[in-house]
Amino acid sequence: MLTVQDLNVWFGHDPDRVDAVKDAGFTVAQGESFGLVGESGSGKSTILRAIAGLIDTWSGRIEVAGRPVAGRRRDRAFYKTVQMVFQDPYASLHPRHSVDAVLSETLRLQGMTDIDRRITKLLEDVGLGRGFRFRYPHQLSGGQRQRVAIARALAAEPRLLLLDEPTSALDVSVQAEILNLLTDLRAEHGLTYVMVSHDLAVVGHMCDRLAVMQQGRIVEIMDVDALRRGAGQQDYTRHLIIASAGYARG
Amino acid sequence: MSAPLLSVRDLRVSFPTRQGVFEAVRGVSFDLGRERLGVVGESGSGKSMTGRAILGLVRPPGRVTADRMELDGQPILNLSERRMRRIRGNRISMVMQDPKFSLNPVMTIGDQIMEAYRLHAGGAKTAARDKALDMLRAVQIRDPERVMGAYPHEVSGGMGQRIMIAMMLAPDPEILIADEPTSALDVSVRTEVLNIMDRLVRDRGMGLIFISHDLNLVGQFCDRVLIMYAGRIVETLAAKDLHDARHPYTRGLLNSLPRLDAPVARLPVLQRQESWRDGAVMGEFPGGL
Repeated sequence: MLTVQDLNVWFGHDPDRVDAVKDAGFTVAQGESFGLVGESGSGKSTILRAIAGLIDTWSGRIEVAGRPVAGRRRDRAFYKTVQMVFQDPYASLHPRHSVDAVLSETLRLQGMTDIDRRITKLLEDVGLGRGFRFRYPHQLSGGQRQRVAIARALAAEPRLLLLDEPTSALDVSVQAEILNLLTDLRAEHGLTYVMVSHDLAVVGHMCDRLAVMQQGRIVEIMDVDALRRGAGQQDYTRHLIIASAGYARG
Repeated sequence: MSAPLLSVRDLRVSFPTRQGVFEAVRGVSFDLGRERLGVVGESGSGKSMTGRAILGLVRPPGRVTADRMELDGQPILNLSERRMRRIRGNRISMVMQDPKFSLNPVMTIGDQIMEAYRLHAGGAKTAARDKALDMLRAVQIRDPERVMGAYPHEVSGGMGQRIMIAMMLAPDPEILIADEPTSALDVSVRTEVLNIMDRLVRDRGMGLIFISHDLNLVGQFCDRVLIMYAGRIVETLAAKDLHDARHPYTRGLLNSLPRLDAPVARLPVLQRQESWRDGAVMGEFPGGL
């Protein structure tokens, strides 16, 4: 479904050039859920943004559903295949657009017809119900906003969802609801996920395999069983797993 | 336990709104000794507002009332701003979540620490400079001379947070209120910052109020935990007993966390009960103490 090869992403020009991603490569099979973990600045979100076409200073090869993409130009077919959900539902929804406006605009941009019925269906899919259709973001809780953001991503009927820390701005009880929703949607729609998170437990819960990143490089790709056993091949991975487990008085 | 550093009874914080008075904190009582006290709850539970009320940082039209709010036996509720300023920073300090928003972006770090110190202790600039260097060393900053001359955007988040702690500790406060001090930090830096706070509690006999949404972290780091829900304490327990919590809210929070060692297909979702809002406090410290 997704192939990333020799991906380099940089910002700025010499001598201030920052190499945010260096020689990253991984593949994600159709229907798989793949995690990208690492600390801030490790380049995990940058990879997602390069795939989504939000960055044009990259080199290497990105292939989605067998089709290579270039620069930051993406055609309509791309956005029918790939959609992204962002971290902060407080920032990613326009404050003066109602849920109805957000979804109907997206549907129209995707060239959909039968918009009325589709909005109802989308809202039901994300567990909101039609009562939320004419509300504005300030009338919604954080979890409800993230559900709207997910509904917007689903509007294009994509096959690959790029999830950038989708629950890190939410309370743990709301996080559980959103993670369950994502699990259900993947099963119902046969979706493929690439999920960025700093939370190893969340990735362990949601993903089949994951890449561990450090300073722009993928240091290790492992399956989730190895993560659960704490069996990293690299020192950095083992260190990250231990640090994530919490605080041990030293 | 010896006489508490801080004693709070029936603390209430309310705000007038168009729909009537909203009570953000509804009758919180606790004593703080020379210990690490964790305050846990979700957003809107009143945990941060409790910390702000203690420091007199609730602005009008917000209203703070309490049967008792005493620091070393002296009442500190609703003092004049002038008298409160002598307590705030000097005797009770606060570290907030994100160093990016708490440090002055157009002032060097050295100048900020020195300013904070001289405001409270007075004295000459050279003495303040020595003290600032000491404080930076105390929070494990390796090249304090360089950091003194740096601006906040030139340091990492973890270093920023350690600088905040250095600044708060310069006047040697008796109590530190830390509001989500590690939530903006990476896990590897988190441990360092916690170690620093831990050492301060042990070596200086400081009282620490550690406000956090992270149950597991609080369970591992603190001595005692207060669980807040809808402006009230619903359960109090020794941190080591957190996983034997009895209140359904605490249990629900613990269960809703994904765990690497206990995989499940779907996470249990918290079913909120209206009765949690006003039920009795559970736990081995009756009355929430």
